[in-house]
Amino acid sequence: MKALLPFLAVVFLVLLVIAGVKAAGLYFVFGVLVPYAAAAVFLLGFVYRVVKWGKTPVPFHIPTTCGQQKSLPWIKPNGIENPSGTGGVVIRMLLEVFLFRSLFKNRKTKMKGEYLTYAWAPWLWLSGMAFHWSFLFIVIRHLRFFFQSVPVPVQAIEHLDSILNWGVPALYITDVIFLAAVTYLFLRRVTLSQVKAITLPADFFPLFLLFGIGASGVLMRYYTRVDVVGVKELVMGLVSLHPAVVSGIGTIFYIHLFLISTLFAYFPWSKLVHAGGVFLSPTRNLSNNSRVVRHVNPWSYPVKVHTYEEYEDDFREKMKMAGVPVERE
Amino acid sequence: MAKEPKKEELLQSISYKAPKTFWMDTPTEIKPGMFCWGAKAKSLNVVGLPNARDWNPTEEDWKLPENWQEILIEGLRERLDKYRSLRLFLDICVRCGACADKCHFYIGTGDPKNMPVVRGELMRSVYRKYFTTPGKVFGKLAGAREMDLQVLKEWWTYFFQCTECRRCSVFCPYGIDHAEITIAGRELLNLLGLNIEWIQGPVSNCYMKGNHLGLEPQTIVSNVEFMVDDIETLTGIRINPTFNRKGAEILFVTPSGDLFADPGTYTCMGYLMLFHELGLDYTWSTYASEGGNFGFFTSNEMAKRLNAKIYAEAKRLGVKWILGGECGHMWRLVHQYMDTWNGPADFLEVPKSPITGTVFENARTTKMTHIIEFTADLMKHGKLKLDPSRNDHLKVTFHDSCNTSRGMGVFEEPRFVLKNICRNFYEMPRETIKEQTFCCGSGSGLNAGEDMELRLRGGLARANAVKYVHDKHDVNMLANICAIDRASLTTSMNYWVPGVTVAGVHELVANALVMKGEKKRETDLRGEPLPSAEEEISVEARAVAQAEGEKLGGEANV
Amino acid sequence: MYNGGKIIAGLTIFLGLITFPIYYSVGKANPHPNPSLDTPVINQMKVKHCVESREFMRANHMRLLRGWMKTVLAGKGCVYVSSTGEKYNMSWDTCWNCHSSKKQFCDRCHNYMAVDLPCWKCHSEPNT
Repeated sequence: MKALLPFLAVVFLVLLVIAGVKAAGLYFVFGVLVPYAAAAVFLLGFVYRVVKWGKTPVPFHIPTTCGQQKSLPWIKPNGIENPSGTGGVVIRMLLEVFLFRSLFKNRKTKMKGEYLTYAWAPWLWLSGMAFHWSFLFIVIRHLRFFFQSVPVPVQAIEHLDSILNWGVPALYITDVIFLAAVTYLFLRRVTLSQVKAITLPADFFPLFLLFGIGASGVLMRYYTRVDVVGVKELVMGLVSLHPAVVSGIGTIFYIHLFLISTLFAYFPWSKLVHAGGVFLSPTRNLSNNSRVVRHVNPWSYPVKVHTYEEYEDDFREKMKMAGVPVERE
Repeated sequence: MAKEPKKEELLQSISYKAPKTFWMDTPTEIKPGMFCWGAKAKSLNVVGLPNARDWNPTEEDWKLPENWQEILIEGLRERLDKYRSLRLFLDICVRCGACADKCHFYIGTGDPKNMPVVRGELMRSVYRKYFTTPGKVFGKLAGAREMDLQVLKEWWTYFFQCTECRRCSVFCPYGIDHAEITIAGRELLNLLGLNIEWIQGPVSNCYMKGNHLGLEPQTIVSNVEFMVDDIETLTGIRINPTFNRKGAEILFVTPSGDLFADPGTYTCMGYLMLFHELGLDYTWSTYASEGGNFGFFTSNEMAKRLNAKIYAEAKRLGVKWILGGECGHMWRLVHQYMDTWNGPADFLEVPKSPITGTVFENARTTKMTHIIEFTADLMKHGKLKLDPSRNDHLKVTFHDSCNTSRGMGVFEEPRFVLKNICRNFYEMPRETIKEQTFCCGSGSGLNAGEDMELRLRGGLARANAVKYVHDKHDVNMLANICAIDRASLTTSMNYWVPGVTVAGVHELVANALVMKGEKKRETDLRGEPLPSAEEEISVEARAVAQAEGEKLGGEANV
Repeated sequence: MYNGGKIIAGLTIFLGLITFPIYYSVGKANPHPNPSLDTPVINQMKVKHCVESREFMRANHMRLLRGWMKTVLAGKGCVYVSSTGEKYNMSWDTCWNCHSSKKQFCDRCHNYMAVDLPCWKCHSEPNT
């Protein structure tokens, strides 16, 4: 089964932390070295990937147009789905990045009786949105560990997230959404026939990793508990570049941290780079103005063509017979 | 030609439930009716493409060069460095599956390898193996695999089961356009002489003779003469088109299919009648006698080589601007590629309608205007006398061509024109028109005879939407602005929705066009008797008919 | 690089955002919140201890207090037996007896972590 190896890989990572921290006491390794290394791999790797794409030219102007073009003045163009200028492109990209607009259009194709039907199928869009937005909120919430005095917007988001005021410590809504979304994204890969057919082991690994991160976070907050002041001291040591081992933090925290580090280090070398790639997609980030503004291909080279002169040489007599004018009699 | 499957059997054979074996472990079968014959040596030789030899795709030995793997991998490396689209699209797909059931070939076959994402994976798996560290280290676990003969045959099979329609890219959250992968895939296959003859034949024809069909200049002239005769019979008016005439204001370029066989020829008659009525100062060219470009289905370089003739001829003849006929992929290329390939066309002027004075600012640099833009502008300015009742025997729907839809955004122009010339217009369901339109099933050079089953399967989604409006509103005419549509949808309709005919919009324009000094028309362009005596249609009545058409169109959108 | 300006600008913004905590904090002091244990009662203790171990209290004090509240409100008595067998009255007074200053004790960590103290919505703060 394609999910088994990635699952075992994540289990192995967890066991590695337990062995390293609990048994061997390698706090410096797991608390300092690993996060630093992961951050470095992420930053350098991400830059490397983006620069590599950047160095590859866009030889042709190939936006996918999803609305009326700008042509005659009395026909209303669709400036967002078929942008004719930078403004439209920016809006199109923002809608794509923040609202997954294209995914929202998803329809499920089915044969019903004699007719093909296209039923609204928002579940992928919904789970994608739920996952990415809850992840973003969670990341922002975690910034309270990264600033000596916690910025007000971070506090505001934290308040909003715990607004239900359930339990002590209060339940974060995003924790529930995150785990539910990741679970759904996993379930669709093992149950929906078409999705199952396209899934690779590499699709399961990040899901298990994310689930592990979410689960360890939830365990740490709502069940086993750790000394969050100690955690913040460790993190502040890392971000102020004065790393120090802090004693008395439970192993569950190191599991959480190690899985996050793995995710970051894995990010640039996997499909997760779509986060950066979406901005560079030539079908989305170009305006549909190729008949108005000349697009230059940097590697364009002269090609061998069959010239008119050669053509006329081939057909001169026939052309004359048919009354078609020729250059040379 | 392979035997056509029975309609019921074909429908029953389609299942969207994925088979038990993973696609990577499923060997590729090259099935009769589902593939096109390999490119012949002589066709490849005309344009100097490599590994020219006669070969048969169904035979074990494809007569490949010794170092074919190396050629392919190096070719891929070169293209990864040349096309950001390719590199990016190979890198960032997350296999979410949104595209899976958006492809007409998947809808018509249920074959997982026709899911756009898997067609991409065919190349992505090889890319991983040779160009990414995880692929090199983890191999199959990372979804990587060696380029072997099985994989090569799989590429060949499925890159020629994609019509580069770009419907997948509409639904992809990152805009991944699998046409880009198919285009690169076909380029790579061409490095090994693995084109199909249905593409390579037209390419070599077009290179030497100026058009896909290989029509020589005298044949073009005589074909047009035949149409001119038919127009005279119909209207009593004699038209005198010119060829290769220097000093004309406009060069007219259209796909050669319009010159050759019906229903394209009726569309062509429509152009001739319209231009005559306008007194347009234009010329045909026998050298640039092809708007379409099968080179694009071969390689970027080949496409550029064929496309070069249009600007070259415009320059030689000294025209001011270029007008382009109804065609799909021709317009994708004119719109998105031509200027980049063979521009700048600084010897031309920005297109300006000599009739209305409208300057086509949207063609400012390319200097080529789509005839549907040109005609819509004429109608908006009331420059044409039209009698839409002459199309009253038709209940019309409009098929948006993939290329003009997703590569341009020509949606309202043809609808505006249609609503001016016919009174019964119905839209197909919203999920099958405009940017979500379905391919005819035979685009990108797959409109051969030997792959008929593939074409019919690929045409199912489009045909099914036509069937819907045929059943609901008695639609009997499928209008379009693409030469390949005109030919292939006719076949598809005969099979899937008998009773629906296919026409270019300008055929219907010519039906409705009241020409100065014409005799009373008894028939439409096809010789079908007109429904009733002509009635003068008041502007108000037309407006009402138009509003009704829109209302009904709205219902069909449910 | 092609479209280099835009790509580099985008990358710079992204890198700037995610490394912001680093250059915001680097070189600054990271004072420990140091909840103060300097109160007369604590100072008099021979072996300094709370109702439970220091580690437990750090991670779980909020749950302990919540448990006390629930027990008392449910009328299930008001005596807490700690894991070492000592008995405590389930009351704020037990806390205030040693930790006599909210400012010097609770607020130190709670401000540091930006965690609200919902206790004082009902209970009044100690005066000192």
